[in-house]
Amino acid sequence: MTRKFNAWFLIPLFAFVGLVAFMAIGLNRDPHLVPSPLIDRPAPNFLLPQLQGPGKTISPGAFRGQVWLLNVWASWCVSCREEHPILLKFSRAHSVPMVGLDYKDQPADALKWLGDYGDPYTMTAVDADGRVGIDYGVYGVPETYVVDKNGIIRYKQIGPITPEALQQNIMPLIAELQK
Amino acid sequence: MMRWLWILVLCVSWPVQAEEAKPLAEDPVVEQRLIKIAEEMRCLVCQNESLAGSRADLAEDLRREIRAQIRQGKSDQEVMAFMVSRYGDFVRYRPPVKPTTWLLWFGPFLLLALGVGVLWRVLRQRNRAALEPTLSPEQKKQAEALLRDPS
Repeated sequence: MTRKFNAWFLIPLFAFVGLVAFMAIGLNRDPHLVPSPLIDRPAPNFLLPQLQGPGKTISPGAFRGQVWLLNVWASWCVSCREEHPILLKFSRAHSVPMVGLDYKDQPADALKWLGDYGDPYTMTAVDADGRVGIDYGVYGVPETYVVDKNGIIRYKQIGPITPEALQQNIMPLIAELQK
Repeated sequence: MMRWLWILVLCVSWPVQAEEAKPLAEDPVVEQRLIKIAEEMRCLVCQNESLAGSRADLAEDLRREIRAQIRQGKSDQEVMAFMVSRYGDFVRYRPPVKPTTWLLWFGPFLLLALGVGVLWRVLRQRNRAALEPTLSPEQKKQAEALLRDPS
């Protein structure tokens, strides 16, 4: 007598395959990439002194009507060195305003850094105590925000901008937002 | 004479003591609330640490920020909302109940219900198997007679 095939025996197998699939996805994700709640929200306002212009200030309102980038960096930040040549190349090739946010840094160190390695920024704001960084949810320098014409944050790059991220995410987004 | 001297000493030293303001960071009420709030939050730099315990630079800045907000009279909920609006639900050790976290909150109960369902099914099958007579009527009678017979 042959026993009738019982489909219920397959349930543990399916459960196991499901578990493996969950873990394969979960374990391959970078836990340091925390999605920002600021995406599609207005860029937080600030009024900060300019690094290179004593007495002059910067506020995001000045870039209304333009697509612009906010790049959080510091002279003490090691990975900022890594993305720096990419930023330089980008600023030479494009007329997109790029604001540097010099995060928790000494102005003298920052100026020396820009002097030594080149200055890709349209202007640089000094966030000496990191308070503006908190408003932008900065938790690992460098970070880069793409802000649209209406002052809405549309993209956040956590960590250094890689050539791939620039080509595949940031450039197409800027082109689309500029339309 | 001695007593008056003591009173004089106390009068002189009292204002001296009062003048010395405690550093704000050591206000025990504020610190206690800070710790209570910060223990509910994850440090974004060292993700296995709470904001209360982390020595990361950012954690220190955020604790300073929370301290300032407590002193401004903000409620715990307001401080939490401030943090979540900047760093997302990720900072919370207790994720909120909302559509994207339903599976997280109710998934275990779903699994429990599934387990109970399977258990119920298995038990019912076993019951049914047990109900099937395994002894013939004669055998049963014989067994009953044996059980009744005291000798």
